[in-house]
Amino acid sequence: MYEKEKDLVHSFLNGRLSRRGLIKRLAGLGVSATAAGSLVNMMATNAMAADFDWKKHSGTGVKLLLNKHPYTDAMIANLDNFKQLTGMDVQYDVFPEDVYFDKVTAALSSGSTEYDAFMTGAYMTWTYGPAGWITDLNEWIGDPEKTAASYNWDDMLPGVRKSCAWNGQPGGELGSADAKQWCIPWGYEQNNLAYNRNMFQKAGLSVPTNLDELVDTAAQAKASIDGVYGIGVRGSRSWASIHPGFLSAYANYGQKDLNVGADGKLSAAMNTDVSKDMHSKWVKMIQDSGAPDWSTHTWYQVGTDLGAGASAMIYDADILGYFMNGGDNKEAGNLAYAPFAANPAADAPSPNIWIWSLAMSEFSKKKDAAWYFMQWASGPEHGLFGATQMDFVNPVRQSVWADEDFRERLDKSYPGYVDMHDVSAPGAKIQFTAQPLFFDLTTEWAATLQKMVANEVPVDEGLDKLAESVNRQLKEADLG
Amino acid sequence: MTVENDLPGVRRRRIKVGRRVLPYILSLPALLVCIGILVPFVTAAIYSLQRYRLSQPWARKFNWGENYLNFLSDPDFWNTLKVSLVYAGTTVTLELMLGLGIALLLQRRTRFNNFVSIMLLMPLMTAPVLAALMWKLMTNSGFGILSYLVSSVGIQDFRWASSPDTALLTVVLVDIWVYTPFIMILLLAGLRSLPSQPFEAAALDGVPRTFVFWKITLPMLMPYILTATLFRLLDSIQQFDIIYAMTQGGPGDTLTVFQVEAYLNFFQSTNIGRSAALMMILWAITFVLSNIFIKNWLKLRERAN
Repeated sequence: MYEKEKDLVHSFLNGRLSRRGLIKRLAGLGVSATAAGSLVNMMATNAMAADFDWKKHSGTGVKLLLNKHPYTDAMIANLDNFKQLTGMDVQYDVFPEDVYFDKVTAALSSGSTEYDAFMTGAYMTWTYGPAGWITDLNEWIGDPEKTAASYNWDDMLPGVRKSCAWNGQPGGELGSADAKQWCIPWGYEQNNLAYNRNMFQKAGLSVPTNLDELVDTAAQAKASIDGVYGIGVRGSRSWASIHPGFLSAYANYGQKDLNVGADGKLSAAMNTDVSKDMHSKWVKMIQDSGAPDWSTHTWYQVGTDLGAGASAMIYDADILGYFMNGGDNKEAGNLAYAPFAANPAADAPSPNIWIWSLAMSEFSKKKDAAWYFMQWASGPEHGLFGATQMDFVNPVRQSVWADEDFRERLDKSYPGYVDMHDVSAPGAKIQFTAQPLFFDLTTEWAATLQKMVANEVPVDEGLDKLAESVNRQLKEADLG
Repeated sequence: MTVENDLPGVRRRRIKVGRRVLPYILSLPALLVCIGILVPFVTAAIYSLQRYRLSQPWARKFNWGENYLNFLSDPDFWNTLKVSLVYAGTTVTLELMLGLGIALLLQRRTRFNNFVSIMLLMPLMTAPVLAALMWKLMTNSGFGILSYLVSSVGIQDFRWASSPDTALLTVVLVDIWVYTPFIMILLLAGLRSLPSQPFEAAALDGVPRTFVFWKITLPMLMPYILTATLFRLLDSIQQFDIIYAMTQGGPGDTLTVFQVEAYLNFFQSTNIGRSAALMMILWAITFVLSNIFIKNWLKLRERAN
């Protein structure tokens, strides 16, 4: 490398030059933006090696279990840098999401030593943790011998970081002082609005700012745009239909899924008057303006319908809207984003979040080596590389969100995305009560919503029955 | 003096031992298969007698028949039982009628009939989960060809698997599309192997075709019908892929058949005890059904002999 380029990169790594300034100056020297990004990444890797013994596990191999996802693609694209940095070998199996968690459950419940680390959602750790399948990562995070100073754990977004930590007590607060760090956040999704700007302009619609407006706007969109339905939300008979837009709206009304008693016992909390009112609005919205086959819609159909111009907007994972605004999608370039607080009386949005995280198998024979991979993959350098060079959104680190290039790139191609994130990030966290029956109760909740939308049961009665069933199950499991 | 007595003692003893051991050696593969089946079966039976949730390992204990007793007062279980039986009964009945009809149409050995019977087997070669996904696309409200056809004949807003009113019908249609060829090919083989004399005699006597069908064809074909019914019934009551791929058991609890419920209990809720108990009940149902059908099949065979 020429000395001038080297000096510039060193200046950047020492904090004397901004990333944007570096890339501009490198461009002046004839280095393209892509090449400059790769160069910075490579130099950052070299700089990492300077203050920490990354070669400690040189020659060791670790094996990963991964979900097919853009986060995985970003990691694989940068993996050679990790191998070069550590001298370690990394093997991995990648499975599509439909079967991914079955594979994880099978591998972990059998006590298999095949995989050292794997991708997971924070909700899953409420099963894996108490079952003794995954390792509390506090031991590694807090050990300067095992974790580089530059890892900067406090750089993680607080709500996201805390959402991955639980003390194992049913109803225990996420991120409490005695919580175990069951997983490390990798990338995450808030739930907000993504809408079709062209459709909204043509139909003269304004972006809704609360649930009442959302119900009305969705109905107007359906009525005024031919062949389009108003609002895309998930509806399949699965816990995954509850956690995105629905729970984000629900939590914004100050509602909870469960009450935690003074004795630590849990009880259903979804049949309050406020909850019933919110459910009624939600059900009406789907009946009036939702997808005709809503009850089979997973994230996939919600996203592709927006991308194909079949729906006017979605209230779902923000990154779903992000990905639908690119690629070969018919509506690529036409989408925009907005933060959403369902409750008119709320000060700000409080989205529930999904966190793709990295966890360590308790059965791993190479935990220290596995941690080296995990800290690199969730570290600031890889996070910045993924966010600026690949589609690694949403990053979980504050430093990445502060990066000017990243924000500029997002703002340019994804109107409103940065603002949406900034407005809702402070209130973004897992809004569920952590407890071992999470999947049972939320799947039943989704089934109840389906019955309400199909007019099989009135909202009031449906929620009372759901609460009764939830309380019975909690009691059977000695939790209520 | 026999030849055996001429053999040296050692060789004679080896032959004797060999003859004694041979039956065990021959039955060894069957024994290994049995072990392969019995180990998971016994394990599931043990789990079904336990309170066993992977997310609450500390609470694991034998509760003996409590999982089964809980089913008695559990409306979800009775719904599962009802849906499974209705699904199995409907699919098998319709597939039998259709399969038999097609087999009768293709009974004559002509090049065209042979070609058609081979072509009709195509759905059977499709993995049921893929068939379900194909149908999911064909019934999509936005671009599905079946939705278009239904709306073009004036039926608006037909929601296929998305509505509790039509979800069962939709998955039954997929099941029929995939599995009718199986019944058709079995019955076609049966029809073509029936002796020709009774039919020739009936033709000479000028017996009406409907009489021939009800009094000659159907009784003679009964062993094949029973075999096809048994296979399909056992398979149908254990249905998973079509229903799960299309609706995940919904809308509501419309299609929560045994396998879907057990799968969700095991892999999603990690409630091993309840999942195993559900599977043991499913096993008991299939065991009883198999016995009934095999006994009837044996009776028919005896009568034929």
